[in-house]
Amino acid sequence: MNVQNKMKVVIAEFDSTAELMRAAEKIREAGYTKFDCHSPFPIHGMDSAMGLKRSGLGYIVGFFAFTGLTAAIILQWWASVVAYPLVISGKPFFSYQAYLPVTFSLAVLFAAAAAIFGMLVLNKLPRLNHPVFSSELFKKATDDGFLVTIESDDPKFDESEVKKYLLSLGAKRIEVAG
Amino acid sequence: MKMDQKTYSLTDPGSFGKIALILGIIGLAGCAAGYFVDPGRFFHSYLTAFSFWTTLGLGALFFLMLHHLTGATWSIVIRRIPESLMSVLPYMALFFIPIIFGMKELYHWSHPEIVAGDHLLQGKASYLNARFFIIRAVAFFVVWFFLSRILYKNSINQDSGSDGNLTDKLRKISAPGMILFAFTVTYAAFDWLMSMDAHWYSTIFGVYIFAGGLVSALAFFSITVISLQKNKVLETEITSEHYHDLGKLTFAFMIFWAYVAFSQYFLIWYANIPEETIWFDHRYQGGWKYATLLIVFGYFVMPFIILISRGAKRNLTLMRIMAFWLLFMHWLDLYWIIMPNHEHYRAMISWIDIAAMMGVGGIYLWLFWRKFSSNPIVPVGDARLGNSVNTISN
Repeated sequence: MNVQNKMKVVIAEFDSTAELMRAAEKIREAGYTKFDCHSPFPIHGMDSAMGLKRSGLGYIVGFFAFTGLTAAIILQWWASVVAYPLVISGKPFFSYQAYLPVTFSLAVLFAAAAAIFGMLVLNKLPRLNHPVFSSELFKKATDDGFLVTIESDDPKFDESEVKKYLLSLGAKRIEVAG
Repeated sequence: MKMDQKTYSLTDPGSFGKIALILGIIGLAGCAAGYFVDPGRFFHSYLTAFSFWTTLGLGALFFLMLHHLTGATWSIVIRRIPESLMSVLPYMALFFIPIIFGMKELYHWSHPEIVAGDHLLQGKASYLNARFFIIRAVAFFVVWFFLSRILYKNSINQDSGSDGNLTDKLRKISAPGMILFAFTVTYAAFDWLMSMDAHWYSTIFGVYIFAGGLVSALAFFSITVISLQKNKVLETEITSEHYHDLGKLTFAFMIFWAYVAFSQYFLIWYANIPEETIWFDHRYQGGWKYATLLIVFGYFVMPFIILISRGAKRNLTLMRIMAFWLLFMHWLDLYWIIMPNHEHYRAMISWIDIAAMMGVGGIYLWLFWRKFSSNPIVPVGDARLGNSVNTISN
């Protein structure tokens, strides 16, 4: 990443959860898309204030669980019917009862792996650094700060405009990081 | 049905109790008729109904002790439902009396002449004999009586004042209670249901019966809460968050039931030893084959697909239908365990089955409703009640 398109982030601090929530609603209504809210504890209703949709992770996990299930059945069928048809304790080659433990396990394995890696991909992780980490103000997010960040790769981003807008929403402190 | 918004007690309990009592009496009259028409069938139908309602109460007892042990907050607002449900358990001792009289019809090990010609039953005779059977049944009911009594009384005492110690006390009762619960339920399932086919045994059988009971208890909670809200009771206190939590637990324990059921089947299928496989063979002959398939698909596959999504668990109409369906499946499961011992090929529902379910169930629900409506319908003295109302489930 070169110096010209290095990302900038405007960080604004608000007084309370209620103000943060109101600010999030206004920012969403103003048309910003690359913004985020940070608080020391989860705030109920923030998802809808920010206009966040429910994560699609469940569908990814479901898809991979089903893939694991199918793969396990095909694998076992191929091994015990096609490749190595052996009679074991007088049971049919395709003994689906015996396949179920492996099928269950493989479905769970695929689902768990999909949950972890899907979560990383949806969160755009791993990434090595983010401009907010150079900010002193941002450290308050884990202590007593109710913060909004707007990133420079937002199509509507204009540093002075953003600052003015955040002040008009009642931000008591503003910092630019990056 | 009307509730006083300040004290949370029902000022008008509605007609539910009366209807249940009337249906119960009609059902019991039907039972009496059934006894004279076909005593063999009657005792098997009666045992099915008895097991269904007892396991429902036991499921509620387990849920309540789990709630106390984990210090769960979300379930406080619905706590009076399992409390009232399990406080009916001691009355089931009265319903057990006909089973003692029907021992000769139900349990072939109770015939001395059969035991005399059966080497295996002779070996089991020190455990499976009429006297010890009755002593054990008394022991189970004594344990359940004291557990349900202590848990209910302390919870009601909490209503008069916010005494934090009672929350602690209830937890301390629940810990040993859980151990007693595990033993009594396991041996009750062995005695009353498994010993009908005394040659056969399965060590996981008690867990299997427990799992079914818990699923039906959770389904019953959902139905009760939805019905209360339909009658404009607890409309603001219980939210879709609570429904979602109940739905998740129902779903989870439905899978647990299937897991245990499959484990039981799987080991027997793998080992393929005739004295073990015969039990499943009996349940795969004639009409019972369709009952077996209906249980596999109706108790696991279909509810699994329907209830897996978040939206489904928050859809009250769907949850209600599924809860009734799971209750029916639990009944069918018990029917499938008990009835093939009497009818080997024909899997047909008889009017005696319905009369027994109505008879025991009507009285059970009447007693449940009497308990439920006689005290505040939420534990008003619990300090965490407010948090429970504002639960958020994801």
